[in-house]
Amino acid sequence: MKLNERSVAHYATCDSPADHAGFLRKRVERHHHAHHHGTSYQRRWFVLKGNLLFYFEERDSREPVGLVVLEGCTVELCEAAEEFAFAIRFDDAGARAYVLVADGQTAMEAWVKALSRASFDYMRLVVRELEKQLEEACKSLAACRKSPRRSSSSGRKRHLSNPALLPLQEKPTALENGYSTWGSGGCVPGGATCPDHDGGQTKPPPLPPRRRSAASSATGSPAPGLSPAMLESPVSPETICFSKLHNWYGQEIAALRREWQERQKRGHL
Amino acid sequence: IPPFPAVLKKRLVKLVVNFLFYFRTDEAEPIGALLLEHCRITKEEENVFSISFIEEPERKYCFECATEEQCQEWVEALKRASYEFLRRSLIFYRNEIQKMTGKDPLEQYGISEEARFQLGTHRQ
Repeated sequence: MKLNERSVAHYATCDSPADHAGFLRKRVERHHHAHHHGTSYQRRWFVLKGNLLFYFEERDSREPVGLVVLEGCTVELCEAAEEFAFAIRFDDAGARAYVLVADGQTAMEAWVKALSRASFDYMRLVVRELEKQLEEACKSLAACRKSPRRSSSSGRKRHLSNPALLPLQEKPTALENGYSTWGSGGCVPGGATCPDHDGGQTKPPPLPPRRRSAASSATGSPAPGLSPAMLESPVSPETICFSKLHNWYGQEIAALRREWQERQKRGHL
Repeated sequence: IPPFPAVLKKRLVKLVVNFLFYFRTDEAEPIGALLLEHCRITKEEENVFSISFIEEPERKYCFECATEEQCQEWVEALKRASYEFLRRSLIFYRNEIQKMTGKDPLEQYGISEEARFQLGTHRQ
């Protein structure tokens, strides 16, 4: 399956900030060595950006040797012989699991936490929840006012489900760092809060559900307030798409590595 | 987003999170995918849009849709498809809610300190 590799590699190595990075030992999955009984691990430099976990041969490698797309997966502690091991497992049983080993307890916990919340689905869920909250806050504030409802009349059109104030991928500079400065937008003049509505919500919105995880987790079950329809169920077309990606990378890594190593040697300064 | 036929090579195109998969119309498995990060979506002539990437801006992946309306829908959907766009939206809403209510909405989820929800300077 083709992928826009060059763009992917660029994204992996550009200086947009990573959500997490560090060395991990990755268990080598040997499918073809029938006589090989032991397990071995390879130390790789891992970089998490959004829902993508890249790994590099070295910290300063110019291109990743692999990519794990963190959708439809769970991150669990692992009953491996190794201490500080955890696994990324996919809902699609056909996709290979990744067993990773951290340097210590703190590192392992940090990785598991970072990876558990890495999916696009999770981010989307949180964004939708905040959208609703903002809408409610705006409404409360508008209801509070005795004067006519303040509209965002100064030309700042805002549609809550379309954060049009955010720069879209039009300017490369905005892309590189991913962030822009906002104006003082919003319904509020001086940040005054209507006192009646401080405790207006009877209970706080429910916690965004963690991905269902086999490992015991206090937040394992979907929160009651969020309808299941908001969660994208792993419908088979999506699963097929991602398992194809995973398989492709898993099988072709050795070949790709060789290619990349050769290119690096040739092009290396 | 349901798949719309894209002409030129008659592909079925499917947007799943920040990937655009494409299929031959009679097959269940994709033949390729585009990661939609650091890309630019441009409306070209009628029914046509293109995707180009920051490191190679002159190279355009062109897509022709069945109707202009579909084309606009695709452009809108793809512009919002990146993880980075989602992240910026989250930070925007978080800021706005905090300004309006004085409270950080992520606190009640216990995720306010997570690196991924911070502005760029605080992340690794």
